[in-house]
Amino acid sequence: MSAYEKIHAAISTANDSGRTALVPFITAGYPEPKDFIATLKNVASAGDVVELGIPFSDPMADGMTIQRSSFVALQKGVSLKWIFDELDSAQGEIDAPLVMMSYLNPLRAFGFEDLADRALAAGVYGFIVPDLPYEESTELRVVLEAKGLGLIQLVTPATPEDRLKTLCDASRGFVYAVTITGITGGAGLPVDLADYLTKVVSHSTIPVCAGFGIREAKDVAAVGQYVAGAIVGSALVEVLERGEDPKPFLEALIE
Amino acid sequence: MSTLFAADEAKRLLDAAIKGDMPDERGRFGPFGGRYVPETLVPAFDRLETGVKEHLHSPAFQAEFQKELREWVGRPTALSFASRLSEAWGAEVWIKREDLAHTGAHKINNAIGQALLAKRLGAKRVIAETGAGQHGVASAAACARVGLSCSVFMGAVDMERQAPNVDRIRRLGAEVIAVETGDKTLRAAIDEALREWVTDPDGIYYLLGSAVGAHPYPYLVRELQSVIGIEARQQMLSQAGGLPDAAFACVGGGSNAIGLFYPLLGDDIELIGVEAGGIGDGLGENAATLATGTPGVLQGSYTIILQNDDGQVQETQSISAGLDYSGVGPEHALLQATGRVKYISARDDEALEALGELCTIEGILTALETSHAFAAARKYAKQNPGKRILIGNSGRGDKDIPTLTKYPAGI
Repeated sequence: MSAYEKIHAAISTANDSGRTALVPFITAGYPEPKDFIATLKNVASAGDVVELGIPFSDPMADGMTIQRSSFVALQKGVSLKWIFDELDSAQGEIDAPLVMMSYLNPLRAFGFEDLADRALAAGVYGFIVPDLPYEESTELRVVLEAKGLGLIQLVTPATPEDRLKTLCDASRGFVYAVTITGITGGAGLPVDLADYLTKVVSHSTIPVCAGFGIREAKDVAAVGQYVAGAIVGSALVEVLERGEDPKPFLEALIE
Repeated sequence: MSTLFAADEAKRLLDAAIKGDMPDERGRFGPFGGRYVPETLVPAFDRLETGVKEHLHSPAFQAEFQKELREWVGRPTALSFASRLSEAWGAEVWIKREDLAHTGAHKINNAIGQALLAKRLGAKRVIAETGAGQHGVASAAACARVGLSCSVFMGAVDMERQAPNVDRIRRLGAEVIAVETGDKTLRAAIDEALREWVTDPDGIYYLLGSAVGAHPYPYLVRELQSVIGIEARQQMLSQAGGLPDAAFACVGGGSNAIGLFYPLLGDDIELIGVEAGGIGDGLGENAATLATGTPGVLQGSYTIILQNDDGQVQETQSISAGLDYSGVGPEHALLQATGRVKYISARDDEALEALGELCTIEGILTALETSHAFAAARKYAKQNPGKRILIGNSGRGDKDIPTLTKYPAGI
């Protein structure tokens, strides 16, 4: 099984037990770098795949919540190298496969070859790069695929149908269906998702996970009618921001 | 940076740039440029690119654009011989007067061009970012002219230091949206404009003000600003009797510089771009991107940026809001890498001194941005006596009064 197939497997296992897979997002090292691994373990125990946000100075696809967490983490010295060192130290203790969400520039600065080596060793099996459209992605994709790592493609309600097919074919790990035309941290889900999500699923041979605007159990249930998994980002980061335990929040999402 | 390519590769790329073959069909200026944007915006960029191809060089669009440049912007702008400055510097100094264009800076050339394009593409609403406020004023004016609503994103820091322009933008009927995120200057304003665009990629037209960002913006802005260099070249031939030995322009994102330089690339003219040297050489003390930066991806483009070893973009410092930017247009990155254009910097104090000199001996209050070009040209003139020098006077300095009142007048 290649690394990215472990992501498929984790999502399928959840679906096989009769529920929507849960993909929680946290900003690495937020709110306190010293609590990073404890927070990650806690979140991973309630999620099927964990999306780990790499802080960046210019998070142009993110709303206020993730911008704030990103700036705080950067101020406290969080870097990609530090994150990998921490993950190495927690080897085998994290219950879910990880994917990293990072803007391109920190990954470039780290070096794609080193990135792939360290990711594989640390249990990071996929990457979501919100400012790397398919047309610019060959260089990174080739390096990741050589190690069996997945480059997860985002699709949006604005994506034309022919492009949707290309993106679904290219995606590895899962297909990230953005629910809204907008940035992360929106107030909620749009009312009519059925046509859009059904269309994405029809083009994909791998699991589809929906994200953006998912805040509570009814949102997870709403997207769960159509897709394999639900991604919860800003709402979870707000829980961390308030200093609350994320586990009950996540468990309540899939009740 | 010339070590980036072998000499023959640099020559091949430069020849292609001079021939007009840059950017290529993928929006690349050699290795630089491209389109690094969120997936939600990809269809919008595809539509913009198609629209640019269809309209920008069509006879109908060009007729409309040229008419607006002539009758509303007030082009051609003058080329002034600076007799007293020439005497003071021991050189022959010519000034291309973009400060005389409507709204007081070169920004209007691009703004009216893109507003006309937005109208043709059926935009419901225009958004723009601004640093010094000149592009905000130009966008507001251009949108009023063509009948489109306009919202301008401006960093809170810049709103304070360019207060007169905030008021001008509002009076011209546009909305000013204060940006309190990130560094609260131009870079944060661009991030925030992109976030807004993502909410309505079909209805919004993003009127980007510099030759930066994802393809096709660096190309589009260059084409609309090239009128500066085309006019200046003709005026030098007719008024000065020949081309200059050297041409200077300030560089933030680099729209006025590419507008002046692009039509001169094939000529035997030393081209010098002047960045903001801020208060010193350390990381974070200036905005001298090309002089001290490294390749990276920022706001849609692979170019030279100011960043740390982790790829985090660094904040900048400059007395001039319009140069206070951590990136630079990708075509400038190529022109530097090929060695065709030399990029240097002038510090805050040097810019202020040049501004004072130009005021008192030529009667021109130039913008703080532009003052950097004068500071560098002055240094060059002292080291190379008797040269014929062309300076792109990108804008007027009225907007800088809140900053200038902190310094004594004159020199």
